[in-house]
Amino acid sequence: MITRLLQIAATTLWLLVALSYQTTIAAPANASTSELRQHINALATGKIKDKPRRIEALAQLGSNKAIAALNALIEGRLYSDKASTQVFMKHGDHFVDPLSLTAVNTTSKLKKVKANNKVRRIARAAIARLTLKSPNSEQRLQAVEVMFKAADHKLLPLIDEALEFEKEQEVKQKLLEIRAAITLQNKHASKEAQLEAIGQLRQMGSQQALGKLQAFINNSGASAAALKAADLAIKAIEKSQAIWGVFQNIWYGLSLGSVLLLAAIGLAITFGVMGIINMAHGEMVMLGAYTTFVVQEVIRTSFPGLFEYSLLIALPLAFLVAGAVGFAMERSIIRFLYGRPLETLLATWGVSLVLQQAIRSIFGPTNKEVGNPEWMSGAFELGGLMLTYNRLWILAFSLIVFAGILLVLNRSHFGLQMRAVTQNRRMAASMGIKTPWVDAFTFALGSGIAGIAGVALSQIANVSPNLGQSYIIDSFMVVVFGGVGNLWGTLVGAMSLGVANKFLEPYAGAVLAKILTLVVIILFIQKKPRGLFAQKGRAVEA
Amino acid sequence: MISQALFTRFSLGARVLIISLCVVAILVPAANLLLPPEHFAHVPSHLLPLWGKYLCYAMLALALDLVWGYCGILSLGHGAFFALGGYACGMYLMRQIGPRGVYADPVLPDFMVFLNWQELPWFWQGFDQFWFAMLMVVAVPGLLAFVFGWFAFRSRVTGVYLSIITQALTYALLLAFFRNDMGFGGNNGLTDFKDILGFSLQADTTRASLFAASALLLALVFVVCQFIVSSKLGKLMQAVNHAESRVRFTGYRVEHIKLFAFVVSAMIAGIAGALYVPQVGIINPGEFAPANSIEVVIWTAVGGRGTLLGPIIGALLVNGGKSYFTAAFPEVWLFALGALFVAVTLFLPHGLMGLFKQICTRFNKRSATAAKVTPLMKPEAAE
Repeated sequence: MITRLLQIAATTLWLLVALSYQTTIAAPANASTSELRQHINALATGKIKDKPRRIEALAQLGSNKAIAALNALIEGRLYSDKASTQVFMKHGDHFVDPLSLTAVNTTSKLKKVKANNKVRRIARAAIARLTLKSPNSEQRLQAVEVMFKAADHKLLPLIDEALEFEKEQEVKQKLLEIRAAITLQNKHASKEAQLEAIGQLRQMGSQQALGKLQAFINNSGASAAALKAADLAIKAIEKSQAIWGVFQNIWYGLSLGSVLLLAAIGLAITFGVMGIINMAHGEMVMLGAYTTFVVQEVIRTSFPGLFEYSLLIALPLAFLVAGAVGFAMERSIIRFLYGRPLETLLATWGVSLVLQQAIRSIFGPTNKEVGNPEWMSGAFELGGLMLTYNRLWILAFSLIVFAGILLVLNRSHFGLQMRAVTQNRRMAASMGIKTPWVDAFTFALGSGIAGIAGVALSQIANVSPNLGQSYIIDSFMVVVFGGVGNLWGTLVGAMSLGVANKFLEPYAGAVLAKILTLVVIILFIQKKPRGLFAQKGRAVEA
Repeated sequence: MISQALFTRFSLGARVLIISLCVVAILVPAANLLLPPEHFAHVPSHLLPLWGKYLCYAMLALALDLVWGYCGILSLGHGAFFALGGYACGMYLMRQIGPRGVYADPVLPDFMVFLNWQELPWFWQGFDQFWFAMLMVVAVPGLLAFVFGWFAFRSRVTGVYLSIITQALTYALLLAFFRNDMGFGGNNGLTDFKDILGFSLQADTTRASLFAASALLLALVFVVCQFIVSSKLGKLMQAVNHAESRVRFTGYRVEHIKLFAFVVSAMIAGIAGALYVPQVGIINPGEFAPANSIEVVIWTAVGGRGTLLGPIIGALLVNGGKSYFTAAFPEVWLFALGALFVAVTLFLPHGLMGLFKQICTRFNKRSATAAKVTPLMKPEAAE
C-alpha cells in the first residue's frame, strides 16, 4: 500500500519535472516546432469555451513538448503578450519560452491565460495522453498507474488510442486493466463489455481491482449476471490474496526462524553437543554486533570507501572476538564445572552480567547505530509477496552457517574429535585425543558462531548492551524444542517456531503469540522431554 | 511440646535466627517510634521499608532453598510466584484506594478508568476483602505451581530442562502482564496505594508494623520449613535430591514429593511478595523478569543451599551489598554481582554456611587434638 502511494507520488513528481523541463522526452517527428508554437499561442486566444477545442487540437499533434505548456495552463503559469500574441511560461520570477524553455526578457505587459475547471480537466487528459506516448516504457507504465487511480470514462478513447500503439506487454496489460475499470464505471456499457471487464479485473487480482469491483457492486443497477460475475471475481481475488497472505506469513515466519536459528545455532553446539548451559550465549551475540559497530566506525573515519564491505570484514572479526571470549571462559571457569550443569548455569550468568556491564561502560547504555550496506537495503516484489533484501540475506546466511557447521562437525578432523569426545570422553582420551583442548575449541566454536550471528542481527535489531538478553530464552527454547544434540532439530525447531509465531500473530497479536508459543513449548517439553528429534540410546541418560 | 521440639529439632544457628528475628521485630520498630530522632540508636523511617524488603527477599530465598537445596529442583521462575503474590496483595491495596484515585471512581482503579473500562473484571471481584486477598496470595502461586509441577514432574522433566522451562514460564508471565488488556495495569503495574486495613501506608506506625510482620512471618515460615525438612517427608525430599531413581525404585512416588515441595515453596514465595508490595509501594511486570529469579538463586547459593539458614543470610548480605554498591559505585555493581556468581560457584559450592562449617570443624579438630577430648559439636556433626 505504502509503496503504491510512493509510486504514485513519485510519478506525479516525475510528471511535474518532465513537464517543466522536458529533459527526457524526445519530440516525435510528426509535429514541427512552428506548428506547435502556433497551437500553443492559440491557447491564449478566443473565449474560454473555445479553449477545450484548442487544447484538443494541440494534443492532436501528439508532441509531448506541449506538456509543459499544458501544465503551465493548469497551474496558472501561462501568460500571453497581447501585442505579439506570444505565450510565455512563468518560472519562478522570470519567464521562459514554452518550447525551448530558455529565459525570455520581455518588457511588455503580460496577461495570465485564464482557465476554468473544465479546461483544466481537458488539459490533464491531454497531458496523460501525451505522456502515454513517451518513448520510455517505464514512464508510460507510471503514467498508466496514475491514471488507474483516477479512471474516468473520458479517458477511454485515449486509452484505446494508446492500446493501438503500445508494444510493451506490461504497459498493454495495465492499459487493458484501466479500460476494464473504466468500463465498469460506465453505467451505460453493454453487459458483454462489463463481463469482459470483470474478467480482466479478476485476472489483475490487486487491491485496486478489488476496490473497483466492490464499487461496481455497491452503486450500479447492473444486470444480475454482471453482479454475480463481479461477486465471484471478488471472491476469487480475496481467495488469491488470502493464499498470498499465507505465503507472506510463511516468509515472515521463515525470516523470524532464520534469526532464531542464527541465535540458537551456537547454543546447539555448546548446550546441545557439550551439555554446557551457557547463559552468556546472548552476550556473545552482542559482542558480535558490537564488533560490527566498531568495524563500521573505523571504516567511517578512516576508509569510507570500504563501507559496502563492512559486514564481510566484521564477520571473521566477530567470530574471533566472541570465540576468544568463549575460549577464555571455558579455560578459566567452565572446565571446573563439568558435570555440574546447574552451577555452570549460574557461573555463566555471572559472566553475562559482567560482559553486559563491560560493554555498557565502554560504549554507553544507548543503542548504537549500525548501517545497512547498499546490497542489504531495499525490497522487491515476487508475485504478491513483498521481500526485503536484508531479511533474504539473513535467511540465506543462516542456512550457509548451518551448512558450514554441519560440514565442520561431520567432515573435518576437528569435528571427528569433537564427536568422539562427546560420545565417549574416556575412550577418546585413551585414543590420544586431548579432550580438554577439544572442549575449549568446541566452546570457542559455539561462541564464535554466536558472534557471527551478532553481525547479522546488528542489521535488524537494536545494538545495545541488552541485545543478547532478548534472544537467550528464545534460543534455549529452540534448542530444547528441536532436541538437544541434534543440529537438524535446531533447524526444524527454529523454522517451525518462527512460522508458528507469525501465524498466531494476526489472531492473537504479537505479544500473545509469543506467550502462546512459549506455553506450547512448555507443554511440548512435558510431552517429549527430549525434544522433537531426541537422541536415542544409553548415552542420553548419562 | 513445641518448646521441646524447638530444642530437639533446631540447631543452635536456627535458634539464634528465630530469637534474633523476634527481637528485631520488636526492637527496630521501637527504635523507630519511641526514640527521638537525635538519639544514636534511632532508626530513620526510610530504612524500615528497605529492611522490610530485605526480609521479604530472605523469605523468597528460603522458599527457593526448600525446592533447590532440599529437592534438587533449580527453579529459575520463583520470581513469578513472588510477583503473583505481590499482585494479589496489590489488587487488595488498589481496591482500598476507592474514590481517592485521580479519576475518583468509587470501584474502578485509575488505570481501568483510563482504559475506558465500564466494570470490574471478574478476577478483580472479592479483592476488596482482606481475607480473600490473603487467601489468593497463597492460592494463586500455589495453584500455578501445582499445575505446572504436576505436568513437569509427572513427565519427569528434570535438571536443566526444568530450569529452562521455569524460566520460560516467568518470561511468558512477564510478557502477559505487560499487556494492558490483561487487566493488571500493564506496564505501570499497580501503585499509588493509600492504606492497608484502614491504616495509612505512609504512617510510621504502619511501616513499623509491616516490618515487624515481615520479621515475625519470616521466623514463622522458617520454623515451618524446619519442621518440613526434619520430618520424614523432608528426608525423602533430600533422598530425591541425591538419588531420584533409587527413591522411585524403593516405591515412593517421587513426583508427589517434588510437587509438595514445589507448591509449598511457591506459596511461601507468594507470601513474601504480598509483604513486599505494601512496603515498596508498587508492583509491576518487571518483577517477573527472568533476571530477578536468577538473582534469587545467587542469594541462596551465597548463603549455602540446603541449610535454610544460609539463604536468609545470603539474601540479607547480597541485598545489603547491592544497596550500598548501587548508591556508592553504580557502575561496579553488576561487575560485583557477576563476579559473585562465578566466585561462589567455583570456590564456595556450599556457600557461606559451608565455609562456616569447614572453619568450625577445623577449629574443633584443633581444639580436640589439643585438649584430647571429644568435640562438643559432635551430635550436630552426626546430623
